[in-house]
Amino acid sequence: MKQLRRTSLVIEAGQGSSLYWQDLWRYRELFYFLAWRDVVVRYKQTLVGIAWVLIRPLITMVAFTIVFGKLAGLESKSPGIPYPILVFAGMLPWQLFSDSLSRVSTSLVSNSHVVSKVYFPRLIVPVSAILVSFVDFLVSNILLLALMAWYSFAPSWRVLTLPFFVLLTCLTALALGLWLAALNVKYRDFSHLTPLILQFGVYISPVGFSSSIVPDRWRLLYSLNPLVGIIDGFRWAVLGRGTQVHWLGFTLSVGLVIVLLATGLWYFRKTERTFADVI
Amino acid sequence: MPDPVISVENLGKKYILSHQQQRSTNLREVISEGAKTLGRRFFKPSDVPATRTKPSEVEEFWALRDVSFEIEQGDVVGIIGGNGAGKSTLLKILSQITEPTTGRIKVEGRVASLLEVGTGFHPDLTGRENIYLNGAILGMGRVEIKRKFDEIVEFAEVEKFIDTAVKYYSSGMYVRLAFAVAAHLEPELLIVDEVLAVGDVSFQKKCMGKMGDIATNEGRTILLVSHNMGSIEALCTKAMLLVGGQIKQFGSAHDVVLSYLEPIYQSKSPLKKFANCTRRGNGKLQIISFHMESPEGTVLEAIKSGDAVVFVFGFENINTQPYERFSIGFSIHLSLHMGQEMGLHYGCLSHYASHFSQVHFRDPPDHGYVRCGFSELSLSPGEYILASYVMVADEEADRPHLPIPITVLPGDFYRTGTAMEKDMWGPLLVKGEWELSAAKDDLSMSQASVRQTP
Repeated sequence: MKQLRRTSLVIEAGQGSSLYWQDLWRYRELFYFLAWRDVVVRYKQTLVGIAWVLIRPLITMVAFTIVFGKLAGLESKSPGIPYPILVFAGMLPWQLFSDSLSRVSTSLVSNSHVVSKVYFPRLIVPVSAILVSFVDFLVSNILLLALMAWYSFAPSWRVLTLPFFVLLTCLTALALGLWLAALNVKYRDFSHLTPLILQFGVYISPVGFSSSIVPDRWRLLYSLNPLVGIIDGFRWAVLGRGTQVHWLGFTLSVGLVIVLLATGLWYFRKTERTFADVI
Repeated sequence: MPDPVISVENLGKKYILSHQQQRSTNLREVISEGAKTLGRRFFKPSDVPATRTKPSEVEEFWALRDVSFEIEQGDVVGIIGGNGAGKSTLLKILSQITEPTTGRIKVEGRVASLLEVGTGFHPDLTGRENIYLNGAILGMGRVEIKRKFDEIVEFAEVEKFIDTAVKYYSSGMYVRLAFAVAAHLEPELLIVDEVLAVGDVSFQKKCMGKMGDIATNEGRTILLVSHNMGSIEALCTKAMLLVGGQIKQFGSAHDVVLSYLEPIYQSKSPLKKFANCTRRGNGKLQIISFHMESPEGTVLEAIKSGDAVVFVFGFENINTQPYERFSIGFSIHLSLHMGQEMGLHYGCLSHYASHFSQVHFRDPPDHGYVRCGFSELSLSPGEYILASYVMVADEEADRPHLPIPITVLPGDFYRTGTAMEKDMWGPLLVKGEWELSAAKDDLSMSQASVRQTP
């Protein structure tokens, strides 16, 4: 039943809602409903439905294994680990990240009809966009399990740390995505920029190869790309032996993500009050 | 006295209008503009203020200014005003969609706003799924929606199609479902923007009934924007008249509605110009003025019952082709309590257009007049309202939402040599030949009537 407690709301010029974080809690189910809508709608009127989630990473994995592993001959540099698993363990976080980022950055604009007509804490929109990608990610994990079973590759205790890296991936996407989403409301240029970042990112991140092929003196610089730490961490958690994380670089990545997230939240909160006016 | 549910102090909302050749915010422009300013500031610091404010390109527009009011628990407040008076802006600020530029608002209790019917409906989802989605967007929890689900479906009358994607719904069903979800919100304060004008008449009645229920039985506070003065008067206890972003009047609904309609009736000039009114139609030919004159051509302020009169419609030809035929029509109405946009059918006494008499005009000049002369005006003394429209090539070209008042004075309609009484029983006057005769034979009369209806 409805709570009888009176809530008192104050709206003041230049202040935003006084109940923002309370509202975020009150609207918590909207996170779920927006994500659920996107998941359900995506596979309506399709023949194979949810199978699309599996087809995409499978084909990319095959392509990367052939291009990087065979043609470029990188397979020999990571002995002991079946190359498809190596690629796939890198591709899972990458796809979670790239999917999330492209969804988050367009989330506000594609929900503009709702944003301009109803109030709720706008932060729900980008966060629920990440939930959608997270669902895809969970499904794709089945493929990884299948691959590992095929190559009789048993994970170690480290696999228990995986949720931490998954969370880090989502936060990285959110951090960058908040900036892009908020900027995209005003400057649609950013909807062109995001695919560019992602297209570029897949080559400068260690998706199709192991980051161990980067010379040691460049490793710290390379870590400025937060995806390097994340993908390394993923491989470390899933594959165990034969992979190592550049921990100093990893700390640097995490620090960078925290800074990005804090500023992203700040910018988002600052501009969200005017979204309805400019969207 | 109870505490106000809403108190608003000095509320203002400013929009910046930029009058540049199609200034969509483009990142390149912003960067280059920023670089220029930075450069100027670097080299010539004194120049900066002058380049910052560009009066020719940027104009401030206050959609709302110095708005202060208080609303008490259980009030149903109608907000009225012409287009651009700031009604929707006020609702948007109260429902937190956009923030005010100045001022402070204090609201007690949970707010739900309904600025549009069916916000967030997704065409690919089924009716059932959309109820949940829309409910969540409007702020209901899953448990709450589940509890009210059957009630919502029943109210919307879509039981049979509840598992069909709403893109296959008729527009009426769609709107009914959308309203039903919103109507089952249980906020302490409900904000509604012109959503009652949806669906067919019987559903509109149902919606009005529901709104009335919410207000009277459940004691909730409602803020309502509508152009339909009838529903404002029927539903609201109070009304607020906004003009140019400011409150002109705030008081009992009846008084405010009357004073809103007043200026339209009180313009004393016999020539009514249709300058700033809202219009419907494709705009090929627009009515720009109306006046009445005598057959000799004298402009009349008022007319008398039984007089000969000519209605003169001034028009401007916007882009009617010479070969396109056009006609002008008008209707005469009784009620003074008529809305500007809706309700023109209410109290309609007569409707007449040139094409009824098979009169079609062609090749209109840029500016011109269409005249319609009556040999005898058969209206009782009193106040009437005239609404006019234009058809070009059988399509609606113009329908100005500006009711024109017509004053009819007592006249010698019956040709007795003296003016008739002012108070007549009805608006329409008839007269005929009166005759007295003695009954000849009852049988022959009934036979005659039998013969006439075989």
